[in-house]
Amino acid sequence: MSALTFLIVAVIKIAVTLGVLLTVVAYTVWLERKLVGRMQNRWGPSRVGPFGLLQPLADGAKFLLKEDLTPPYVEKNIYLLAPGLALIMALTSIAMVPIGPVIHLFGISTPVQITGVVDASGQASDINVGILIVLGITSLGVYGIALAGWSSNSKYSLLGSLRASAQMVSYEVSLGLSLVGVLLMSSTLSLSGIVHAQLGTWFGFIPQWFIFRGQIVAFFVYMMAAFAETNRIPFDLPEAETELVAGYHTEYSAMKFAMFFMAEYANMVTVACIASVMFLGGWSGPPLPFLPAAIQAFLPLLWFSSKIFAFLFLYIWIRGTLPRFRYDQLMAFGWKFLFPLALANVIITAFFVAIRA
Amino acid sequence: MHQFLFLLFGAICAGGAINLLIQRKTINSALSLIVVMGSLALIYLLLGAEFVAVIQVIIYAGAIMVLYIFVIMLLNAGEEEHSKGSNVAKIFGIPGLFAGGIIGIWVLLQHRPADRLIAIGALYGPADKVGMMLFTKYLLAFEVTSILVLIAIMGAVVLARRSNS
Amino acid sequence: MIPISWYLLLSAFLFACGVTGFLTKRNIITLFMSIELMLNGVNLSFIAFATRLGTLDGHIFVFFVMVVAAAEAAVGLAIIISVYRTRETLNVDRVNLLKL
Repeated sequence: MSALTFLIVAVIKIAVTLGVLLTVVAYTVWLERKLVGRMQNRWGPSRVGPFGLLQPLADGAKFLLKEDLTPPYVEKNIYLLAPGLALIMALTSIAMVPIGPVIHLFGISTPVQITGVVDASGQASDINVGILIVLGITSLGVYGIALAGWSSNSKYSLLGSLRASAQMVSYEVSLGLSLVGVLLMSSTLSLSGIVHAQLGTWFGFIPQWFIFRGQIVAFFVYMMAAFAETNRIPFDLPEAETELVAGYHTEYSAMKFAMFFMAEYANMVTVACIASVMFLGGWSGPPLPFLPAAIQAFLPLLWFSSKIFAFLFLYIWIRGTLPRFRYDQLMAFGWKFLFPLALANVIITAFFVAIRA
Repeated sequence: MHQFLFLLFGAICAGGAINLLIQRKTINSALSLIVVMGSLALIYLLLGAEFVAVIQVIIYAGAIMVLYIFVIMLLNAGEEEHSKGSNVAKIFGIPGLFAGGIIGIWVLLQHRPADRLIAIGALYGPADKVGMMLFTKYLLAFEVTSILVLIAIMGAVVLARRSNS
Repeated sequence: MIPISWYLLLSAFLFACGVTGFLTKRNIITLFMSIELMLNGVNLSFIAFATRLGTLDGHIFVFFVMVVAAAEAAVGLAIIISVYRTRETLNVDRVNLLKL
């Protein structure tokens, strides 16, 4: 396909993906408030629209119309840069994620992935170092939090942001190492290649996902590191209301606070996407012949969205159930338990891959 | 296309480097260094070194510079003090600047035969080939740097610890 | 298609900026950042020559330079922290206890 066609198709894919992602982020907030409310034996939002479904719209309107206050003692440029940086990094990782196989529309074939193209033989291919780019964007996400705390010129913000940055940097190591086992088994760094390594089923209904091929320990390490990376309970000391006023976003109001909020939930969705691609096979799944043909065409998208929904449900469930770690417990857990466990997983996986070869 | 991309990223890189020298606040210098590293990663992609480009972002811009920003935040490094400027800098610096500029312009204006030009992504450096070389040809250096990093970790922990006496 | 001398000029410029910063700045952290700028300039030179000569050895060298830069940044910043604890200043001119 020509460069212009590629550009137009890419712009359309970006627009659709961003729209869907922002809607998912907004309704994850609704889902969280509903589910946590039910776990605490109360209704969640239920007034604004049926089942409170218009609550995100009301929240968005509130954030837009609230007074956007910039305190006079902050460092203006960095103060305005930090939430933008956090949101940009949170929304960019979705470009690498393969959401579906190759589709053919209006004479153009393209995989359902922003950075995906169809090569000469009709196979989907994307950036050769896709997973490393996702890890790089996660590393850059620390800056939004660090700069937010520094520019706010307030001791609670600085403490909260230092703690959050140190926590994120520590758990990034375990996050990356837990993915090395999958990379050893799939022998490619590109995300669509990893999904292709998990196609197929045993006995016709058990899918050949990496979680069933020995990476279950890596999966748990990844989930715990992901909870810490996205600053969610039980690792959310840096933004706990009872401990640190509100941590690094104390001095932010209205739209800038909304950007941090959206960045946190977009990070959750991104981490869920990567977990489903690496461990649960992305858009692949066992074929369901008992469904009507109209739904069969959307089966990969259905598999992908159900996996994302399962992860989001797990995040919210754990939020409603567990208390939070103290900071020294948190750091000890990351360095003394998760990191050796991830290393052991890499060594054992390498041993088995070397024996098979 | 190659010219346009290189001029764009090169200008951002050079601008970041000059900004690092001009800024008085340390945090602004750190942020401009991050911009330099990001644009260098894009220039590496222009040269086809995709593994090195991603490693640059992950290690340099994503870990080393985070460490610098931590230290700036911890030590509250605010403004740089204004020194009166040395005479040596003026005597050697300004003629040196002119000499460097003239050499640069002469290099740019030279005519090059066609075999000295390189295309976008001329040498493709994927992760598996780089890894293969790292583990076969440069294995000793790899193992020695791992020990070096271990020593650095121990040194950093010991040096930054508060003495209890 | 551009000549490789453009990449080398950019690398020389970055290195020159790093040297200038190292020789003129007074804040010790900015000094260290100028050293990182010098290392980055050299990295660009390595990759440019690797492309010119067609081997991947340049990429390996850049990898090692990055590892060494990381180790040096960690130890250097630890030294800065301990100097700050005793001398209470980040100005390189004030750390002159050994001066006669």
